[in-house]
Amino acid sequence: MRNKLFLIMLLAAVVAGCGGPSAVDEVRVEDQSVNGLDGGEADGARAIGLDDDEYAAGQDLDGNLLAQRVIYFAYDSSVLTPEGEAIVRAHAQYLSDTPNLKLILEGHTDERGTREYNLALAERRAIAVSDVLQALGVAGDRMQTVSYGEERPVALGHDDGAWSLNRRVEILYQ
Amino acid sequence: MKINYLRATAALLLLVSPVTVALTIEVTRGVERGIAIAVPPFAAPLSADGDLLTRVIGDNLSRSGKFELLNSDDFISRPRDLSAVQYKNWRLLKAEALVIGNVAQLPDGRREIRFRLVDVFREQQLAGRKFVATHNQLRKIAHQISDIIYEQLLGKPGVFDTRIAYVAVRGAARKQKFALRVADADGRNAKTILASPQPILSPEWSPDGRQLAYVSFEKKRSMVYVQDLKSGQRTRIAEYEGINGAPAWSPDGKKLALTLSKSGNPEIYIYELANKKLTRLTRHTAIDTEPAWSPDGKTIAFTSARAGSPQIYLINSDGGDAVRLTREGGYNAGASYAHDGNSIALITNRGNGFRVGVYSFKRRGVRELTETAQDESPAFAPNDEMIVYATQHKGRSILATVSPDGAVQQIIGAADGAVRSPAWSPYNRKL
Repeated sequence: MRNKLFLIMLLAAVVAGCGGPSAVDEVRVEDQSVNGLDGGEADGARAIGLDDDEYAAGQDLDGNLLAQRVIYFAYDSSVLTPEGEAIVRAHAQYLSDTPNLKLILEGHTDERGTREYNLALAERRAIAVSDVLQALGVAGDRMQTVSYGEERPVALGHDDGAWSLNRRVEILYQ
Repeated sequence: MKINYLRATAALLLLVSPVTVALTIEVTRGVERGIAIAVPPFAAPLSADGDLLTRVIGDNLSRSGKFELLNSDDFISRPRDLSAVQYKNWRLLKAEALVIGNVAQLPDGRREIRFRLVDVFREQQLAGRKFVATHNQLRKIAHQISDIIYEQLLGKPGVFDTRIAYVAVRGAARKQKFALRVADADGRNAKTILASPQPILSPEWSPDGRQLAYVSFEKKRSMVYVQDLKSGQRTRIAEYEGINGAPAWSPDGKKLALTLSKSGNPEIYIYELANKKLTRLTRHTAIDTEPAWSPDGKTIAFTSARAGSPQIYLINSDGGDAVRLTREGGYNAGASYAHDGNSIALITNRGNGFRVGVYSFKRRGVRELTETAQDESPAFAPNDEMIVYATQHKGRSILATVSPDGAVQQIIGAADGAVRSPAWSPYNRKL
């Protein structure tokens, strides 16, 4: 119990410190170039990268749902599992307690099937999470959905283990 | 809609690898008995010129899986021209066809290349052509000679003088780097035309071969760009809210079919390049995506999950109701028309994995062509003799080709990482 309390206090401190339980590092990418066959270049781009540690850390044994910011999905499905819905409910509560916080919902799929279909499927996953949050009272204008399809796997393997980690929506607090 | 011209201003360091990493092509299955062909070295004042031409032609023919290239160690003569050919000697080697040629150096430094294709049994010439080219154009000449040989002996134009666009990916999860590359059809001469720390997918050649449309996440979400290959100049043509994806050129090059989810759901739209007019084509609460134009421009095939699982549907390109095309298996997606309009390449899954299949309008059914499990992005070569696609081989992401009858297969890999999202160019303009 004391540990759990400590964890919550720690989380609160993190929230106070950086405006949200964010695991997002903003990474400035040095360059981003476009070359025609005769040369040329495009405007700069910046990337948001996540700490890889987040995925190795596993799930919180104390069941702190708010610490979980990844919702997993079944194959070719954009329907939330009961576990996923419980996580989303915890975030809905947190968002109602923290009215100025905004978030990005980033949808992803595993590598199976065609890329463009997966781009559409991943968007539906992000929208499914957004819909549940809105149903629980979170204003739609606080959320942005982005689909990465199968393009940004967290696990590069080609098996069930990797696929189940990649079928996900990430909640990214701004 | 905002249109941005992203004009080339300065050369920056490329993020992704040197630009000259070649793809390697390996035939994994060929026709049972290919046409036996002899390609003795072309006579040339600089033997390297002759060797280069002969080597590229020989590699092209043998990699097509449809020829048996005879060993040049067995040749007792190297005829410089038709008059020097002793047919009996070539028949003894079981050669059915013979390629002879020579190179002359012109006073301005250019080369004059003469080549003849000979039918050994009928003792007659099938083709003869003269080219004038710079040293740097010799590979291209070899590809054009290969195309003539292929067409004369197999009845269909060759595709050796074409190019393939693809996406190369390097790096660990979350730190991947992406490059859009264009290489000659033999995998050589690869050049990076876009390098980005964010994903790139779905390159598509304009029908004139001068531009590529593609999807780039460089603004941290999907947007559709059109890039001119020669100048490198790009136009961002779709940056609506939601996904912007699946660009497909109309056969006349005047329109792009796109998938946009600005209505809240992925739907197919037609974008007219001249006046930027956007027309919505599909209306359904399910996913609609992956549009592909029929060669006559009248029909668009697309993927829809409206029946529960992804299947291919057809719709008139000027609107109307969609009609379901595929019924076999729980997954048919990623349609791409053959240039003769008689069939559609697609990805099918009947419980054995995601495989390249062909839907035949004559047979009204899908036939599986591969035995792999992670195939994607199938597209026909301009002569319809091959389908290029992305797959996995021994844990690596590679490109591969398969003939529409499944008889010939090649795998195409890059030494420096994963390659995917292939797109075969139209025929090149000839020199």
